[in-house]
Amino acid sequence: MRVQRSNPALSSRPLDCFVASLLAMTAIGVAVTLGVADDAPTIANGAITTPLTATPGDPVRGRKIVANRQVGLCLLCHTAPIAEERFQGDLAPDLAGAGARWSEAELRARVVDARISNPSTIMPPYGATGDLTRVAAAFHGKQLLSPQEIEDVVAYLVTLK
Amino acid sequence: MRSIDIVLRCVSTSGFVLMLVLLDSLSATTDTRRSTYDDMSRDIRAMQDDDMANPASLWVNDGAALWSQPAGAAQMSCADCHGDAATSMKGVAARYPVFDAARGKPVGLEARINHCRKTRQQAPAFAPESRDLLALTAFVGRQSRGLPITTGDDPRLAPFVEAGRMIFERRQGQLNLSCAICHDHNAGKRLASALIPQAHPTGYPIYRLEWQSLGSLARRLRNCMAGMRAAPYATGSDEIVALELFLMARARGMATETPAVRP
Ligand code: HEC
Ligand code: HEC
Repeated sequence: MRVQRSNPALSSRPLDCFVASLLAMTAIGVAVTLGVADDAPTIANGAITTPLTATPGDPVRGRKIVANRQVGLCLLCHTAPIAEERFQGDLAPDLAGAGARWSEAELRARVVDARISNPSTIMPPYGATGDLTRVAAAFHGKQLLSPQEIEDVVAYLVTLK
Repeated sequence: MRSIDIVLRCVSTSGFVLMLVLLDSLSATTDTRRSTYDDMSRDIRAMQDDDMANPASLWVNDGAALWSQPAGAAQMSCADCHGDAATSMKGVAARYPVFDAARGKPVGLEARINHCRKTRQQAPAFAPESRDLLALTAFVGRQSRGLPITTGDDPRLAPFVEAGRMIFERRQGQLNLSCAICHDHNAGKRLASALIPQAHPTGYPIYRLEWQSLGSLARRLRNCMAGMRAAPYATGSDEIVALELFLMARARGMATETPAVRP
């Protein structure tokens, strides 16, 4: 599944010639590839209704991923009702209540690629590898979280009523 | 990476003039710029302020010794050409990177020291991040302590400052972040436990407690690039010099703290 849209990285750049050169560089990468090619999710109205995997998400594993600074990285920016993690960021909304504010399908789309709902978001795309610049070799072409990890995270977020 | 060349060809001096005007109006009215120093704990500030407690003093002292030590095939010391560093090096670090007319592009202080080493002393260049290079850089930088940063005064640097700004504002890495997202738009907030500074490079080389060592600005930038999971810029590359130049010009007028201590 490929989604065509403008490159959010360029939205704040006033210098046309630079934008042009970057566009030329990324022209082939402007389409965003989501998830795995065969099993790609369908995005409608900022939501992904169909789960990314056959195995249902596990909220306990999801909580661990969110809490882990090397894996989920969520607490770098967000606060969440995870009391044992002392240092939580304040760059992003509190995840408490996220399950009441958003449907499961909307939460899934957020985590897969927050750029879908907000093109200038600072939240990293966890399930998309397209439309990125200068990714370090070790992470090239790799998703931040696997489809199953995303399902686990979504299952946890849904519990945050 | 050809993009930097394209940038250089495109950018006109008008952008630079605008930037100078903006920077000047900034300092004339409300200068909201803060050194990381202003937000450090009292203990770490005290460590920086007191030469006896500042761990970077070890490197500064080594640098002072290297300054007057003959080296290379020429068997000349820095002092043979430059005399007393307290006078000849005063304000020097506060204006780097400078425009190097021979190469037609900016050059950083470490590269400048290594240039003297190769051409005047006829000695092999110091390796990047080596103890001797850090020591000499810290010693030279120490002679500017308290003086305002003047980097970017030279209009020939304008397109390179602008190129650095491009890099600063460009999204990079697997996390798709830019330097500006953290240091312009979210400075003062907390990234997990770390207070996000405005990223003014007022005190390099710094003694970073996390490193347990002195380190260069390039090393600090590599840390941030790694955090973004972005491919680092090569040591001494045009990109890294442009980024350092932009950061220094952005800190123009702020006091030099070298050698600073950071958490
Ligand atoms: C670099 C910062 C950053 C990281 C890391 C990050 N987010 Fe976000 N997130 C944001 C921001 C900012 C928003 C606010 C909406 C926007 O700008 O897109 C947001 C919004 C959200 C929302 C909607 C919140 C609401 O109720 O409005 C959810 C849910 C969410 N993030 C979950 C996560 C999860 C789960 C992770 C980790 C797997 C994560 N985020 C990692 C920055 C981040
Ligand atoms: C996700 C947030 C984030 C991004 C993106 C980021 N940084 Fe940083 N940066 C930090 C934090 C936090 C610190 C404070 C030190 C620490 O705890 O790591 C810091 C420290 C610095 C410092 C040291 C300031 C001092 O007083 O010594 C500089 C300079 C700097 N960053 C420049 C940059 C540049 C240039 C980029 C882009 C290439 C960048 N940063 C990207 C978060 C970030």
